[in-house]
Amino acid sequence: MILDGKVPAGPLDAKWARHKDHLKLVNPVNRRKHTVIVVGTGLAGASAAASLGELGYNVLAFTILDSPRRAHSIAAQGGINAAKNYKNDGDSVFRLFYDTIKGGDFRAREANVHRLAEVSVKIIDHCVAQGVPFAREYGGFLDNRSFGGAQLSRTFYARGQTGQQLLIGAYGALMRQVHAGTVKIFPRHEMLDLVVVDGRARGIVTRNLVTGELERWAGDAVLLATGGYGNLYFLSTNAGNSNVTAAWRCAKRGAYFANPCFVQIHPTCIPASGEHQSKLTLMSESLRNDGRVWVPQRAGDRRAPSDIPESERFYFLEERYPSFGNLVPRDVAARNCKSVCEAGQGVGPTGYAVYLDFADAIRRFGASVIRERYGNLFQMYERIVGDDPYAVPMRIYPAVHYTMGGLWVDYDLMSNLPGLFVLGEANFSDHGANRLGASALMQGLADGYFIIPYTLASYIAGTTLSKVTADHDAFMEAAQAAQARIDRVLRVRGDVSVTAHHRRLGQVMWEKCSIARNARGIEEARAAVRAQRQEFWHNVRVPGEPTNFNKSLEQALRVADYLEFGELVAIDALARDESCGSHFREEHATPDGEAQRDDEHFAHVAAWEWRGTEEAPTLHTEPLHFESVTLTQRSYR
Amino acid sequence: MSEATMTLTLRVWRQAGPDAPGRLVDYCARGVSPHMSLLELLDVVNEDLTAKGEEPIAFDSDCREGICGSCGLVVDGVPHGPQAATTTCQVFLRHYRDGNVITIEPWRARAFPIIKDLVVDRSALDRIIAAGGYVSVDTGSAPEANAIPVPKDEAERAMDSAACIGCGACVAACKNASAVLFVGAKIEHLTRLPQGLPERERRVLAMVTQMDAEGFGSCSNEGECEAVCPKEISVTNIQRLNREYARARLKPRR
Repeated sequence: MILDGKVPAGPLDAKWARHKDHLKLVNPVNRRKHTVIVVGTGLAGASAAASLGELGYNVLAFTILDSPRRAHSIAAQGGINAAKNYKNDGDSVFRLFYDTIKGGDFRAREANVHRLAEVSVKIIDHCVAQGVPFAREYGGFLDNRSFGGAQLSRTFYARGQTGQQLLIGAYGALMRQVHAGTVKIFPRHEMLDLVVVDGRARGIVTRNLVTGELERWAGDAVLLATGGYGNLYFLSTNAGNSNVTAAWRCAKRGAYFANPCFVQIHPTCIPASGEHQSKLTLMSESLRNDGRVWVPQRAGDRRAPSDIPESERFYFLEERYPSFGNLVPRDVAARNCKSVCEAGQGVGPTGYAVYLDFADAIRRFGASVIRERYGNLFQMYERIVGDDPYAVPMRIYPAVHYTMGGLWVDYDLMSNLPGLFVLGEANFSDHGANRLGASALMQGLADGYFIIPYTLASYIAGTTLSKVTADHDAFMEAAQAAQARIDRVLRVRGDVSVTAHHRRLGQVMWEKCSIARNARGIEEARAAVRAQRQEFWHNVRVPGEPTNFNKSLEQALRVADYLEFGELVAIDALARDESCGSHFREEHATPDGEAQRDDEHFAHVAAWEWRGTEEAPTLHTEPLHFESVTLTQRSYR
Repeated sequence: MSEATMTLTLRVWRQAGPDAPGRLVDYCARGVSPHMSLLELLDVVNEDLTAKGEEPIAFDSDCREGICGSCGLVVDGVPHGPQAATTTCQVFLRHYRDGNVITIEPWRARAFPIIKDLVVDRSALDRIIAAGGYVSVDTGSAPEANAIPVPKDEAERAMDSAACIGCGACVAACKNASAVLFVGAKIEHLTRLPQGLPERERRVLAMVTQMDAEGFGSCSNEGECEAVCPKEISVTNIQRLNREYARARLKPRR
């Protein structure tokens, strides 16, 4: 089937304004009669729930964590893009749009990306009004820095804690609505299923993570803002609780999953130190403003970095990409790090690391300036590694960081299941095959503050919704299915722990379907995931009871879903027989070793319809039409 | 990579539920890498317990990079452990020696009831924020971001206080289980900025009222909170809270 993204007609820069002017409205006095379920309280979920609460809707907001303020948006370090052009360096809405769509290797929907660039400026205004303490110049005006994939400075930041500060802003707005009585918060609640009645999303089933109780919630619409699926790989920069379950449960209820193989590997993370490793830690891309990436020229050179003279260092990003240098986009940087390490030039105990060196910047600006810019990141590095990055270059290596793929949504952020809206990282819409730095915060807040309040109103106003309560048969069926899955996983009583299963799954996906992939490896990954899925249900050990706080059970249900979802990632990676952005198929490289797209056959969104756990999914495509940009071979040289 | 390993004993608080009795239980961990974090050591112990058919130790943890505020353990009597300016998840075993015994307990405060083992309920902090810890601005009504200049130093000081991660270590360290550092940090953050001033009095009165209603104790100027704060929030935030509270109380109301 050919999917319709419902992009409005008209010139690109007028689409959103015109569309908004014609969306239907809900009368202020009627809004409280409509219940909206929001799952997830990161930037997208909290901003949506707060804004809808302000408008007067009856909002129920769910988070798996003990407080909405802990959502993983909080860990975003570097910044948030906006086309303010405060630096007078030629920025504009068009340029931010163009950089983002080119950065995504022309695999995103043009109209969505342009809208994102348009609303970016309002996000900064709103966050400043909330009291977000962005970095400022001495004159009192806002400061900017540069991020990868752009030749100007448009990134707003609050030290190395931009995500935290934006989330505290959104969380404050959310708690204000809790106080006002428009929003109810349900912490330590995990969504285990979506409830569909007469073809529309009408509610969810949750598990209370403290009591184990299954609960049913009915509403007029469900907003999913549950983040990405990077933890499929076990080791990633994601928080331990981030997972795909809510999104995958929606997929199993009929929502299409788009471009699951688009997984961002971030070039600058702290390398793993051993078998016990539970997660990887990002070192912000902003560090590449001042840090220089290098390896020894000679393979196997084990000298200390300070003993290697300038003439024997290979600044591979600066040499290979003179116009963008160390600030090439993430996919390009990650591939280059991998290739120099595979050529034997890697450093550190495992040989799988490269240097990120601040010596030049410290000489030029002094240590105090560098401390002001990156102090907390340097401190974090020193704590984890035990080295002082002011004296010794950092060692870094790529790690799974963000997922561009997600549930398919139309221009109004609604999935193919009417009433199910998907926001932030959980949807697929704006970043194509590779996300540029400082764009995730922008998208999460754009979706929540400035898009969903309009499009959701239009859905509610334009739809006749029958009265449905949580006692409806569809709710009882979903709750029983969730209970049956819990009972089943507890009954297995095998020998292998949930963590051991997860680690093994992650290793297969990392080896065969990450920075670079090829058809044979992907086939192997798919077979391995299928086999492990069978094994899991015969040989997993989940201790404890279902009726109280049980972390092992929570994780078991999530890993069970990863063991289904991982196969879909492999299927998508195999079907997309081209390279684009993060999806680098070794069969399709330019003579320079860059990703070689095939626009004739693959300028589309691949959206997969679930047909059964052991059945092949059905592929639906949404062709991507580019009216305002010319598709080019991406070059940062 | 150093291959020397250690043997450590963990003495951990186990408590099946909110009303169940609790006790310290010893667990021996052998062959431990010094590159592990303390929480990774708990992961390893939990894998062993799972293999033995026992119930793993329950503890909260999410980002494991010191920013989400989920983790919070009292390590050898000190919230977040021995290192200054460090959350529990960023405590690495290279700071311990072979044969050490490490005692691990939950946050203890009347306002933070225990859920299980090392997991506590900190929703009281959310309710304090709900009472007034924000700027009341509806989406859509903000002026241009550069319309109101904010002196760089003021913005930096607001940021120093805004860095609070809401972990509750300040409460756990205080013999009165007071939350004034947490509340003071929010008051300071928003009072430093012009955007926070219109609600200056209302905010501090509402937050303090809620703080008292939640059962947090009073401040007796011990400074333990500052000493354990992983984000180095200064006790000057408490002075600011006291000043703002007095100012709001004394201000004549119409």
